[in-house]
Amino acid sequence: MSDADLLFKALADPGRRKLMDRLHANDGQTLAELCRHLDMTRQGVTQHLAVLEAANLVVVQWRGREKLHFLNPVPLQEIYDRWICKFERPRLKALRDLKRRLEAGGKD
Amino acid sequence: MSAANRSSFVYVTFIRITPEKLWEALTDPQFIRQYWFNTTVECGWKKGSPWKMALPDGSLTDTGEILEIDPPRRMVIRWQNEWKPELKAEGPSRCTIELEPVDSAVKLTVTHEIDRPASKLITAVSGGWPRILSNLKSLLETGEVAITSHPGH
Repeated sequence: MSDADLLFKALADPGRRKLMDRLHANDGQTLAELCRHLDMTRQGVTQHLAVLEAANLVVVQWRGREKLHFLNPVPLQEIYDRWICKFERPRLKALRDLKRRLEAGGKD
Repeated sequence: MSAANRSSFVYVTFIRITPEKLWEALTDPQFIRQYWFNTTVECGWKKGSPWKMALPDGSLTDTGEILEIDPPRRMVIRWQNEWKPELKAEGPSRCTIELEPVDSAVKLTVTHEIDRPASKLITAVSGGWPRILSNLKSLLETGEVAITSHPGH
C-alpha cells in the first residue's frame, strides 16, 4: 500500500479520528491515558494506534518507562498541499486581483 | 521532569533522499531559505556555535546555540524566541533534529520542547513546523516547494 493509501485508510475510521482529536487536545499520552477517555477496548485502541502509526499520523516516543503517543500533523499538511491548496489557488488569485484593482482605483 | 511539566511536540516526515543530502538541506542557508519562507539562518554548525534566524528584512526572530551536533544524524539547538515578548519571556527551548535511514528514505524527526507546561512558544512553533517539513519534503523529492509565503507574516 502506498503512503497516501495508508493515510486515507487511517483517516477513514471515526474511532481513529476520535483518537487523533484526543491527542490534539492533549498531546503525548500513554495508552492507559488514551483508554480512559474513549469508549473503546484497550485492544481496540492498540489496533487503531498501530494503523495511525503506519500512516505516520501518530509518533511514539519513550520517556523513561512511559510510551507516549504524539499526533503528527505533517502528513495532513501534505494532503493540504497536494489536494486542497491547488484548488484554492484560483480563488486566492481572484481575491488578490480584486484587491489590486480596488487599491489601484483608490489612488486615481 | 515529568511530561506534565513540559510542553513538546514530535513531528516526523519520511523523505526519499540520502541522510547526507538531507543534512546539507538542513544546514545550507541558501537551501533553507527556499523551504523556510525566505528565512535567513546563520550558524557555524559546530558544537557551541551561535545560531540565529531572521526575517527577509533582517529582523531577528530567534537566537540560540548548537548544543550537540553529529552529522548526518543529530543536532540539538538551544532555541530562544526574540520576536514576541510573551514568547521571549518563556526562556530557552530545545529543538532536536534526528535523521535515521529507513529503507530508501530518511526518517526526519523534529522534537521541540520546553520545561514548562502550556507553553505559548511551543504552540506558536507547532503551527510552522508542518508547513516547513512538507515544503522541505516536496522540494527535495520534486524540486518544488508547495507553499511560498509565510502564513504568519
